Amino acid sequence: MLPRFWRKIKYRYNLIGTKCENCGTYYYPPRNFCTKCRRKSKIVEVKFSGRGEVVSYSVVHEVPENMKEQKPYVIALVKLEEGPMITAQLVCRPEEVRVGMKVKAAFRKCGEEGESGIIYYCTKFVPE
Amino acid sequence: MRKVAVIGVGQSKFGELWDYSFRDIVLSAGIEAIEDAGLEGREIEAMYVGNMSGGRFLAQEHIAALIADYSGLAELHIPCTRVEGADASGGLALRQAYLAVASGLHDIVIAAGAEKVTDVGEKAVEILSSGVDREWEVFNGATLASLFAMMARMHMEKYGTRAEDLAMVSVKNHKNATKNPKAQFRREISIDVVMNSPYVAEPLRMFDCAPVSDGAAVVILASEEVAKNYTDTPIYISSSAQACDYIALSSRRDPTTMDAIVFAAREAYKKAGVEAKDIDVAEVHDSYTIAEIMAYEDLGFVEKGRGAELIREGVTELDGDIPVNPSGGLKACGHAAGATGIRQAVEIVLQLRGDAKERQVDAETGLTLNIGGTGATAVVTVFRRD
Repeated sequence: MLPRFWRKIKYRYNLIGTKCENCGTYYYPPRNFCTKCRRKSKIVEVKFSGRGEVVSYSVVHEVPENMKEQKPYVIALVKLEEGPMITAQLVCRPEEVRVGMKVKAAFRKCGEEGESGIIYYCTKFVPE
Repeated sequence: MRKVAVIGVGQSKFGELWDYSFRDIVLSAGIEAIEDAGLEGREIEAMYVGNMSGGRFLAQEHIAALIADYSGLAELHIPCTRVEGADASGGLALRQAYLAVASGLHDIVIAAGAEKVTDVGEKAVEILSSGVDREWEVFNGATLASLFAMMARMHMEKYGTRAEDLAMVSVKNHKNATKNPKAQFRREISIDVVMNSPYVAEPLRMFDCAPVSDGAAVVILASEEVAKNYTDTPIYISSSAQACDYIALSSRRDPTTMDAIVFAAREAYKKAGVEAKDIDVAEVHDSYTIAEIMAYEDLGFVEKGRGAELIREGVTELDGDIPVNPSGGLKACGHAAGATGIRQAVEIVLQLRGDAKERQVDAETGLTLNIGGTGATAVVTVFRRD
């Protein structure tokens, strides 16, 4: 299961996405192809500021096995200031989260495969 | 394109079928459909099977060959194909079978849907989440329920939909299921029961979520000409339309609308020569209660944002203007992933034939909506009595 997640480490850990220089659309997760410009796509890599806003959220009570230590946790749709929206966890108490809340990206532990298993990391967001 | 009729339907019971294997379940539905159609069996020219994840639920791929084998079709050496689109697999199989008959390629074709999920225990919920983006949604902590929960939250913030409205969908579907002997949950529940059940992913509670079920369903399609040899009550498929959308919720135009449904419905109505207001009965994909509210809107039964009004005013109850999910829907009849799209078709055919017994509604035109994951695939099928 792991290699496909590792392949994207650069993008996950640093919040690096892409931008189409032809139309100015930003993409995160990164795309190698602009869905609007198609063959006219001019894709370059971009580091995002990490600042964004909560568009929607849910406090997750029934959680996957590898995330049970974090239960319950907050998952959110975060709109980055450059435009794209991503699904990520928030590092805050469930009662703190609000739609429209300003957040900032942070590098955090995301899950683990048992007590002696591999630990995953990912980008989460903290209240600004 | 030729006119296509449904000449036989069959369905296994849905639920936790501990005593039955995958093969048993499919066979029970298949035999019922073949008997219903009055076929001997050798007339069948092809089969399409909707199955979401035989590989992960049973460690069994090559599902179509397996079913062909145990249903006696291997002896006939006819083409049997598995079709996959997460929990829209059944709807896709129906559409492939429809196209095979409509095009003139085959005269009699089976569309089946089957899933056995209970053999993997609690892992089933996690396997169902393979219908969304594993790398960028699930890896980051999203569950299938939490994605629908975020749609629900946005719908509430934007349009004033309330948790009680969602609960009413569950209450209605449970009530309908009491009249369906094949349903998984045949018990009425109250709004209080839903509102006091534990949260799965806020604002969605346990009773907002469809179960993961075992089950199978089969419909047999024939060309109009051939159908006349087998039945006096053929139900015609007026149109079948399919559309896709971005797989991740975060990439969509508007998380409170499933554009795949909007596009598939528009196409299905156009091809059938009907409008949303002509639909008399519908089976929609209520994997979560919010999905039924959004389906009302995205199918055009009511304008965007006003879906909750239909449930509040009783419009979609069994005795309302547009009964929705008379079978009990995914919530109470059960959700056997790849079987669901076919099971919905079975219900609409029974309704249009006048064979739905206690839950019979008055209908000339019916519709099914089957979606995959959070709506990256949608299939809309329109059925009519003439």
